[in-house]
Amino acid sequence: MPVDLEKILRPVDSPMAPYEPKYMLLASGEAAVVRAVDRDEIPDLLKHVEPLLHVERDYYDVVASRVYAELLSHYQYRFQDQYVLAVQIDGELAAIVNGRQVTPILGLSLHTLALRRGLRVGAHAFAAKMEYHFDALGHDEVLIVAESPIGFRRWMIEYKLEKRFEVPHELGGVPSWALTRDLFDRARSSLVVGRRPVPPEILDKAMEKILPPSDPPTPALDPLAATRSKYDPTATALMIERWAMEEGSLNA
Amino acid sequence: MRDVYVAGIGITTFTRLEFALSEIASYASMMALKDAGITEVDQVYVANMGAARVNHQTALASAVVDSLSLTPAGAASIENGPASGGSAIKAGFQAVASGMDDVVLVVGVERMREVNGLEATDFVATLTHPIAEYIYGVTLPAHAAMFTRLYMDKYGVTERHLAMVGVKNQNAALNNVWAHLQQEISLEGILDSPEAMTNNPYVAEPLRFFDACPVSDGGAAIILVSKEKAKELGRPLIKITGVGQATDTHAVHEREEPTDLLAVRKAAADAFAMAGLTPQDVDVAELHDAFTILEIVESEEVGFFPKGEGHIALEKGETALGGKIPINVGGGLKGRGHPVGATGVAQAWEIVTQLRGDGGKRQVDGARVGFTCNFGGFGNNVVCLTFEKEA
Repeated sequence: MPVDLEKILRPVDSPMAPYEPKYMLLASGEAAVVRAVDRDEIPDLLKHVEPLLHVERDYYDVVASRVYAELLSHYQYRFQDQYVLAVQIDGELAAIVNGRQVTPILGLSLHTLALRRGLRVGAHAFAAKMEYHFDALGHDEVLIVAESPIGFRRWMIEYKLEKRFEVPHELGGVPSWALTRDLFDRARSSLVVGRRPVPPEILDKAMEKILPPSDPPTPALDPLAATRSKYDPTATALMIERWAMEEGSLNA
Repeated sequence: MRDVYVAGIGITTFTRLEFALSEIASYASMMALKDAGITEVDQVYVANMGAARVNHQTALASAVVDSLSLTPAGAASIENGPASGGSAIKAGFQAVASGMDDVVLVVGVERMREVNGLEATDFVATLTHPIAEYIYGVTLPAHAAMFTRLYMDKYGVTERHLAMVGVKNQNAALNNVWAHLQQEISLEGILDSPEAMTNNPYVAEPLRFFDACPVSDGGAAIILVSKEKAKELGRPLIKITGVGQATDTHAVHEREEPTDLLAVRKAAADAFAMAGLTPQDVDVAELHDAFTILEIVESEEVGFFPKGEGHIALEKGETALGGKIPINVGGGLKGRGHPVGATGVAQAWEIVTQLRGDGGKRQVDGARVGFTCNFGGFGNNVVCLTFEKEA
């Protein structure tokens, strides 16, 4: 008798409440929309995550490679109870956050990947997914880890997370931290923002297509090129010119 | 006393630079040497505040002069808090003006992002009075916040005025490729929207996140030469015509009127007197806006506006590009960034750029007279300079 192996490999997702989109104004005055990403939109996200695998700063390479794997396995039905939210500014992808439901009362935060820096986009995205865990999914607490110092500052310090070090987190088996409902409620007034409903013209733009980020994080420059020189981004030409000048003065 | 000219300028991007402090200084210096078209100097002054504490390096000038292959030139480091840059320029000026040296390289450099934000804040706080201030936990944001509260009460400055300075300068930085902050902000986003308090939280009330300059790495350099050398090099003739430096009490609470920045007032007056200029002669200015309130207050103390009316001039757009006296058109400390030891030299870099007419989108039309105010401590050690373009 033939066996349908796919039925065995594919997890059966639990029912999860929908995420109601919201929007907020950033420091720039731009409107950012946070919304759920459907499974068929995942390939669009993958295209924009892939370049970040090669960004060896602020742990973008680690986070992006893990996000890539999580999204791909979600798309191919190899991940249990994952959700994905995106932040878009004028249609452009600004951040991706994902997580999953472990049990009906326990959530697990996977990643927060900011593709736009300097506007608290990542922080807003993280707050949105915690809001989803507590307000939509009804979780009592969410297990969290950070892979970068920026993440540690944003989550562990700003939300005053509790230690759950006896619980290995699914991301690398490292000790977990936890955001409880009580801690989240205390943080709401200062860290959680957003307005609903999203005006149709703003939401339509976001839903129409996930556009590529216009100013994504880029690989760290070579040390001598670490300055955005309009004259010489590598400084090599400067050195050569200096040596040539020195040689000229010696020959003079 | 001989005339002193700026023959070359160089700068690095102000951001997080992950390479050695002496290399940052060397890069800016090489650009300045290239700009001036010279390979040898008589003297090097390196302005820096935190090498010993933050970067575990002392005798920085010796490292820089060697890195640049400028030996056997004389070399010395100058540490004078946030006024290190201005102080180093003053030393270079004196060296050339006195006739002791013909060519002096002044480079300012800092690498503050080697440590985390808390350590960087603590490092800067070591400039406060060790017994009367530091041991009580006073930091520079705290100092600025208390100063701002007094100023608000006395002169009617509001949080909106502070935010206006922040928006003006951070958005001006978008026209400066070297600036640290390349992110546009708006009054709506940081002050008026329901999300503003989260986007722009209080750091030390009434100062918010966008009222403070970023913590930056970076270097800036200028080449000072005698008139004969300047003519020989054939670069635009930008002359330093006025130098003023003044001090005030170390502990801020010992000042008779804490809202008066007397060192700024005297340093500016001395610079203008030496140059034979008045504040009204200035076409473009660089003021030390480590916190937004400081641009407003300094604009009054140096004489651009009457005391207590800087915020009114700001409201009228008089300090913006195209206004009566454009201030910090390259972003200032707020937008360009504030690698402490480099800042005073970066201010000179910006003014020389302007007087040469090389400012691009941020160019002040017809700029002929420039002014810098490099504010050390909390106003207890200040260097002001005037620059003039010669035909």
